[in-house]
Amino acid sequence: MNQARRYLPLAGVLAVVIGAQILASATGKAFYLTQLTMAAYYCLLIIGLCVLMGYAGQISIGHAGFFAIGGYLSSALTSHDFSAHAGTLFMRTLDRAGLLLHHQSLYGESLLSFQPWLAFAIAVAVAILIAFLLGIPVLKLKGHYLAMATLGFGIIIYRIVLAAEFFGEADGISEVPPFILLPGLSVSGDFAARVQNYYIAWGLLLAGMLLLLNLINSRTGRALRAIHGSEEAAEAIGVNTARAKLYTFVLSAAFAAVAGSFLAHFNGGIGPSEASVMKSVRYVAIVAVGGMANLWGAMAMGILLNFMSLRGMFGSYDDAVFGAILILIMLFAPQGILSLFPGKVFGTRTRAGK
Amino acid sequence: MLELHTVHKYFGGLHAVDGISFSVPQGAIKAVIGPNGAGKTTLFNLIAGVLGPTTGRITFKGRQIQGLKPHRIAALGMSRTFQNIKLCHGMTALENVMLGRHIRSRAGFLAGMLNLPFTWQEEKAIRRRAMELLELLEIAEFADSEATSLAFGQQRAVEMARALATEPELLLLDEPAAGLNIYETAEVARLITRIRDMGITVLLVEHDMSLVMDISDEIVVLSFGAKIAEDRPEAIQKNQEVIRIYLGEAEETA
Repeated sequence: MNQARRYLPLAGVLAVVIGAQILASATGKAFYLTQLTMAAYYCLLIIGLCVLMGYAGQISIGHAGFFAIGGYLSSALTSHDFSAHAGTLFMRTLDRAGLLLHHQSLYGESLLSFQPWLAFAIAVAVAILIAFLLGIPVLKLKGHYLAMATLGFGIIIYRIVLAAEFFGEADGISEVPPFILLPGLSVSGDFAARVQNYYIAWGLLLAGMLLLLNLINSRTGRALRAIHGSEEAAEAIGVNTARAKLYTFVLSAAFAAVAGSFLAHFNGGIGPSEASVMKSVRYVAIVAVGGMANLWGAMAMGILLNFMSLRGMFGSYDDAVFGAILILIMLFAPQGILSLFPGKVFGTRTRAGK
Repeated sequence: MLELHTVHKYFGGLHAVDGISFSVPQGAIKAVIGPNGAGKTTLFNLIAGVLGPTTGRITFKGRQIQGLKPHRIAALGMSRTFQNIKLCHGMTALENVMLGRHIRSRAGFLAGMLNLPFTWQEEKAIRRRAMELLELLEIAEFADSEATSLAFGQQRAVEMARALATEPELLLLDEPAAGLNIYETAEVARLITRIRDMGITVLLVEHDMSLVMDISDEIVVLSFGAKIAEDRPEAIQKNQEVIRIYLGEAEETA
């Protein structure tokens, strides 16, 4: 079996992750860790999208929408005051189960919100449900038509978060509380917890990589690549192509929602730009730069480009840079930027061999 | 094994398949022939579930299958190859054949993601069986080559191995000799008889008369969507109607 070969690169990345943290802390540049943490969360969405686009061959220009569903629902449920509904049976039951959080506002009013774990579960479940309901009709479409339909979905989510008071309209939601994963381990923007958060984000990303690497090397992964290779053949051979595409779509939406939820807690808030279509285009561009059917490429580019963007290296031309990247990559390196280098450092095309 | 009962298919005003009935007995090699545009491929697509018949019944192993999706029909034990070979690009020959084991294995999304131990055994068995089939079709040396980069005849063999990997009871071959020279055609003929000898019923659509006459047990002749003859090869060769259609066609196109 080639299991060791599959996991070795993950161990290598983990070593680099630890090394980077030690180096950054030792040289007094710990502020880099903040952007590396955020980049890791965006990257979680990107690797999910990579499996959908590169392996199953289905495009989505609406994944910022799923990211926003995760981030906004987590934020709204944990930071809004639901004490007006405290008397309802539903809220009383949740309260008795210890799933609600009683806290006080700056002015001493008592507030009632959802526990972050519950909010997180609801947010991801809603994203999964919406992905299901959306996926069933739109995944019947192919190529440009699928792109248009997912784009339409992304626009709808963007307009909803901009318009709904519940989601803070143009201001978004701020003062999102920390997400206490375990006692002493919480997702928050607290400077003291920077290192801890760096490892939470990277742990989550590497766990996601592990799951997806397993998936693409499994029977299901082979079926997904077959759909990409020839949908008619896959169907004739007994692959339920509609279901395989739908599950992959839902899976990638779940990755996006998890990423959105964690990042919202880390940033302590979320704004409508996270739901914008340009964000979705950016994710597609990064998957393309990474080489489409190349999880490692998607991850490497996801970290690099997001880090550069978050450090402000592209200035006010941020979105333009990603548009330009998309055009250039399609023209000159449709197999991804890494294909331009001989030797294939990241050559991880899955092989059935040995 | 397979029975068609007055199957009709209209494409708008075009009557592509006109009330065709015939049956394919178990263990036989049956061929469907006819001039271009006779409706052979449409008929094939109706059987494999790519298209649904306008009216009529198709039963497979006593079960009605018209209107079922191709993947459901495949799961019932019917497998096919394509006239214009459809191998999955970006996958090796071996992977293409392994894909054929899809319906004979069960690791799903979650099991795959979690890399559960039972999937290891399953993958091993899938790979072993796929390799055996490549050996059976004498193309094992190309196992790790990109399938779509192989020579035409080899691609045909990979596609056939993939179809066999599903362990079909009925194998549909859509013009298996198309684009092959006479040596390769003879090779394909040998292969098809071997497949039949393994106990698999074969239904083929074919243009190449030599292939059809040599190996078929029974032949159905189509013209303009209708069945005009169904008989043993020797009788078909003497059938005046069939000769008229084929020679007439030849004269017109000459």
